[in-house]
Amino acid sequence: MTTHRQPRLAARREALYAWAFVAPSLIGFLVFFAVPSVRGLLMSFTDWDLLRPAKFVGVANYVRLFGDADFRHALKVTAYYVLMNIPIQTMLALGLAVMMDKFSKSTVIRGILVLPWLLPNIVVALIWLWLLDPTMGFLNQIIMGLGFQRQPFLGSIDQAMPTIAAINIWRHAGYTAILIYAGLQTIPKELYEAAAIDGANERQMFFGITIPLLRPVLVFVLVTTIIGSFQIFDTIAITTKGGPVDATRVVYWYIYEYAFVRFKMGYATTISVALFAILITITFIQMRYFNANSSDLD
Amino acid sequence: MSRAQTRTAPTIQLSRILAWVAFALVMLVTLFPVYWVLRTSLSDHKEIYVQTAVIWPVGFTLDNFKRVLGMFTAEQSVAMGGTATGINFWLYLRNSFVVSTFLVAGQTFFSAMAAYAFARLRFPGRDQIFFLYLTAMMIPGVVTLIPNFILIRDLKWLDTFQGIMAPGFLMTPFTVFFLRQFFLGINHELEEAATLDGANIPTIFWRVALPLSIPALSTLAILQFIATWNDYLWPFLVGKKEAVRVLTVALAIFQSQTPQGAPDWGGLMAGTALSLVPTLVIFLVFGRRAVNAIQFTGFR
Repeated sequence: MTTHRQPRLAARREALYAWAFVAPSLIGFLVFFAVPSVRGLLMSFTDWDLLRPAKFVGVANYVRLFGDADFRHALKVTAYYVLMNIPIQTMLALGLAVMMDKFSKSTVIRGILVLPWLLPNIVVALIWLWLLDPTMGFLNQIIMGLGFQRQPFLGSIDQAMPTIAAINIWRHAGYTAILIYAGLQTIPKELYEAAAIDGANERQMFFGITIPLLRPVLVFVLVTTIIGSFQIFDTIAITTKGGPVDATRVVYWYIYEYAFVRFKMGYATTISVALFAILITITFIQMRYFNANSSDLD
Repeated sequence: MSRAQTRTAPTIQLSRILAWVAFALVMLVTLFPVYWVLRTSLSDHKEIYVQTAVIWPVGFTLDNFKRVLGMFTAEQSVAMGGTATGINFWLYLRNSFVVSTFLVAGQTFFSAMAAYAFARLRFPGRDQIFFLYLTAMMIPGVVTLIPNFILIRDLKWLDTFQGIMAPGFLMTPFTVFFLRQFFLGINHELEEAATLDGANIPTIFWRVALPLSIPALSTLAILQFIATWNDYLWPFLVGKKEAVRVLTVALAIFQSQTPQGAPDWGGLMAGTALSLVPTLVIFLVFGRRAVNAIQFTGFR
């Protein structure tokens, strides 16, 4: 009897302590993550300006969203940004990672590479806004010194978005390189030795061994950077504020305008739910397409 | 056996030289903008706009720093190309420190408690709750941003420190996950010995598990400190008022206040330089650990 009851009592005590340990985090989770997620979804079916009570409008916001040319423009601009940012950034990072793996495992180099990622977005944006200033920016002094015309960069409709993409490549390429570098360390070196004995050249080894074995890391990197990229905001808030002439009015900026400039909370949450749906879909396709969970090492 | 050794000597030399040239270029492109902050902030506010192509500080002075730290009167400040509105980066530095320190302290501690329970204790609902936390890791901030703003507003916590800190103070899904992984990895034996000695669960957590996890806790705290320090949109939405304004928000407001056509770059870069100090200090002191932690967190 006692031998049976003793462990059960201990188990109950353990569960009680466990609940006490989890309780603060659970409160934080419910109040600031779970409930707001649900509330956001509910708000997307309302019309609410924060002054009068929210009015339920059914799917009206979603119907409106489908016909909203400004939203389509925002999506297009965002996609343009992502397409300029991600491929170049990932290639650069992959190149850097392979170079580090081959020629230098120095922590100092890795440290310097990751530095831009540790700086606030706001600061990065300010620094580049100054460096890229159309008249006084240092980069234009170099460009003119080399005998070319000065460039408007953030001030021009055509150049603003590519410039913002370049700024974010500067901030993220090193960080991404470090992640890929860490992935490279997990590839067994014997594979390369065996391939070399079989007469494989550098290029064959890269495409035959490195890339396939790096696939899970590359998928992870792509998924996270693409999700982050779709949520570009801080840089735009400092540099262009959506301009010139809507050239950089990305989805997140559009949401921000609706929520905190026009105070249309219902429609703003509708757009954010749509953005969330788009991100989930992209992630799902990527995971499926690249078969992210299985490594070729097995 | 390295791969390089299987190749012929001259190509090794050439590719090595090319690689180091590339490294040097990347380092230059990475570090130059940070140097330019220093160069501009130490330059005379008028010379900045004239000697735009000079690499070194022009008309070396500390006036920009003194100005953003509120050591001049409004009239003096305007005369120096700044704005008349008071700018006091001491205050913003302090606010950023208060917010980042308290937020990260709470977040790390409460996340560690939860993580310990998830990793070590048996209780009904454990796996379900943990699964919910994992799911939340995938929800982008944009979804919760507006409802959280409204919640803080309804609590009358706008323009307060607690309003800025609240959403992350008790947990983030990522910190719980990170620490759970860590607790799963450390040796049980000490904890089991303590149990046999009659210690209860809080004592074991406090006296055995936490001391063992100081490296992991401090690494996580450093990364979260930097992330909080860098955060902009949330503190901008809920804490614009000067008394609670953090550095990133202050810089953005400072920039928007500068007169059209002639931004106060001297002052802005001085403020920027100040905002970089903690990150750079942390980076120099914990560099290696930070780099390793970033590598690790990548694989969450």
